[in-house]
Amino acid sequence: MTKTPLTNTGFYSESPRSGVLGWLLSTDHKRIGMMYLGCITTMFIVAAALGLAMRLQLFTPGQHIMTAQTYNATFTVHGIIMIFLFIIPSIPAAFGNLLLPIQIGARDVFFPKINLLSWYLYIIGAILAVLAIFTGTGAPDTGWTFYVPFSTQTSTNVSLAALAAFMLGFSSILTGINFVTTIHRLRAEGMGWGRLPLFVWTLYATAWIQVLATPMLGITLVLVMLERFFGAGLFDVASGGDPILFQHLFWIYSHPAVYIMILPAMGVISEIIPTFSRKPLFGYWAMAISSLAIAFAGSLVWAHHMYASGMSDFAILVFSLLTFIVAIPSAIKIFNWISTLYKGSIELAPPMLYALAFILQFAIGGLGGLALGAAAADIHLHDTTFVVGHFHYTMFGGTGFAFFAALHYWLPKFTGRMYNHKIAFIAWGLLFVGFNTTYMAMQAVGIQGMPRRYYDYLPEFQTLNMVSTIGSWVLAAGLIVMFVNLLNGMRNGRPIRMNPWGGATLEWQVPSPPPMLNFGKEDPVVTRGPYDYKGVKADEF
Amino acid sequence: MSFEHRDDTGDRFGMWLFLYTEVILFSGLFILYAIALTTYPQEYITASNKLNIWFGAANTVVLLTSSLTIALAITAIQRNQIRLCISLCVATIGLAFVFLINKYFEWSHEISLGIYPASETLRDMGPGVTSFFNLYYFTAGLHGLHVLIGATLITVVAVMVAKGKVTSDRYVLLENSALYWHLVDLVWIFLFPLYYLII
Amino acid sequence: MSEEKHEPVPYQTFILIWVALIILTGITVGVAQFDLGAVNVWVALSVASLKSALVLFVFMHLRQESLLFKIGLLAMLVILVIFIGLTFTDVLYREVLL
Repeated sequence: MTKTPLTNTGFYSESPRSGVLGWLLSTDHKRIGMMYLGCITTMFIVAAALGLAMRLQLFTPGQHIMTAQTYNATFTVHGIIMIFLFIIPSIPAAFGNLLLPIQIGARDVFFPKINLLSWYLYIIGAILAVLAIFTGTGAPDTGWTFYVPFSTQTSTNVSLAALAAFMLGFSSILTGINFVTTIHRLRAEGMGWGRLPLFVWTLYATAWIQVLATPMLGITLVLVMLERFFGAGLFDVASGGDPILFQHLFWIYSHPAVYIMILPAMGVISEIIPTFSRKPLFGYWAMAISSLAIAFAGSLVWAHHMYASGMSDFAILVFSLLTFIVAIPSAIKIFNWISTLYKGSIELAPPMLYALAFILQFAIGGLGGLALGAAAADIHLHDTTFVVGHFHYTMFGGTGFAFFAALHYWLPKFTGRMYNHKIAFIAWGLLFVGFNTTYMAMQAVGIQGMPRRYYDYLPEFQTLNMVSTIGSWVLAAGLIVMFVNLLNGMRNGRPIRMNPWGGATLEWQVPSPPPMLNFGKEDPVVTRGPYDYKGVKADEF
Repeated sequence: MSFEHRDDTGDRFGMWLFLYTEVILFSGLFILYAIALTTYPQEYITASNKLNIWFGAANTVVLLTSSLTIALAITAIQRNQIRLCISLCVATIGLAFVFLINKYFEWSHEISLGIYPASETLRDMGPGVTSFFNLYYFTAGLHGLHVLIGATLITVVAVMVAKGKVTSDRYVLLENSALYWHLVDLVWIFLFPLYYLII
Repeated sequence: MSEEKHEPVPYQTFILIWVALIILTGITVGVAQFDLGAVNVWVALSVASLKSALVLFVFMHLRQESLLFKIGLLAMLVILVIFIGLTFTDVLYREVLL
């Protein structure tokens, strides 16, 4: 195969409009997916830089590179960008758009125009979030949770940030509606529910959460804005309101939202593990049902974020009990991945390494979650850096690594080029070591009692904080190596054919990059399951 | 390059999903209401009595009737009675404006009594009454915004019916606008007794 | 993909449902004239639910839609009940009600 410029191949070359407009006005799911991917990755890099700055401030006690107020603004903006602009849309909006239609044998999503609208809402949200940092009375300093009463009283730019999150929520809702409808109405002939790739199942469960939980965030943020503008006082005790109700409404969305973040990541892993073990996924239906079960159970447990808020002891009891339920479907997934690996013909390609790191790190994060879900332990651990460590283990070690795995697994499909595998191994090694050093140290110092969201700390926490900060440098090095390698692969990598990994799902049966309507003139007819590797061979590249 | 697929059921399903999100959006306010009602039962009765039940009842009848007219409009377009369909759409829009005008007079009256969010009068009435009126203004305000959006949608569709872009063969846009309008009605069906009829 | 359409619902059906809705509104206003304590709210909510069901199934053609639409609605209602119900596990059991 010769090296043709990327712009001359597949969906890059076919467009009713040429140039930039061909992208900005395109309703093609692959183009929209690539635009999401670009924006989301940029946002990740920005927020990661803020995270590194915070770690730098915490290297030793005392004030170094930022004041307390700057630190507050930094963790707030880091949180808002990472949560609303990176993790929530990362896998569903970027890889969901790229892959969902192809994997079910469709030519696009059900509502292509609404899909484009949802990308624009994302962009508007991103612009508003950036404006909130640089304009008005200063970057918001409430933390990404916008807790009242502080968020209704602080003079910083909370309203604009809340509006940004509202827009991003709307974008997320529209994507959810689109995906549910697509999966119900556009499956190709022969693509029964039992033949859906697990990634589609998890996107399906995610999309339902997006539809049923996100509006609650919308109304909550609107109420915060109304309170700031009109002094509405719905969360103000003097006006008959109740600040704890803000936390309820906020977490009614934001807890299910962590499942919006993790479920598609689990889907990615469920695609990668079978492909590189050359074995069908163990317990297909258990995996599919557990995805829906996680989505449902995720709506039952929100108040486990609020044990220390002053809510009733009875509610603490109920929510602590319910929280443990989530562990069941999550454990089903972990066990099934490991059972898939068992006696498989395992190939340690880069995506597989990220997937294996995911399993380990998500298990650590999940077990930490049980410690936090138990009310008695939580009272001690609440608002310590243990919580921050736990959250990053699930969200960065989990979803972040799954996002990297997806990049290494699917990016060649959509660029037609393979990155350098040796450098990918090095990047993985740096990321794995750096990640675990950073956040394990953070968890450990949290157990010793270091509070989160403080720019300064007592001298006895210094050793572990230094370890954590040094880890963050390794992590940053890993990120740089990884992104440079991927970018370089996109531009100069060796061309690949249809199926570089030997995957059995439909996206490996179309050219790389796929053509505009994915499948040529004939509609695809599906005759085999997604993990049926009989006779499927990986192409040389 | 794009491909044409036609699937009215899928279009309607997408609209229903959107309506679920609207219900959850309003449910946030209803949760706050339910909790405040259990916290301040007496104050809520006092506050509810300050609302004019007849304004509310009249608006209920107006919205129910508008729901009827838009439902009839769908049967009309299915039977290819285009004129009737357009008249029914116009009637719905008219009723929407009757609703909003009614609301305007109702709110003007209350505001003239000094009852509006963060007002002095309200503060003197104590936290329970204040919370009732805050919730009342925001729920009814959000609902009013939906009335406005719904009326706009129906106007657009009515024009498309007149131009022959929405026909007896292809009328899913009208169906979806009607679904949205019925949602506006559904919210009011709960809003009305909860705010006006507490004794 | 199917291009199924609904049979037109007769005008009379819609008008009958509308009459029923108006009567139910009358009932709910009527009951509210008598002080029955907490019963009032439950009557109001029951009547409102009945009215909603009429609007959903007839005006919104849910009766004619496939099972999927009904399951979707049910899922949404279950989630709604969970949201409201579990919030009350906190509010009803606080030691000091605000």
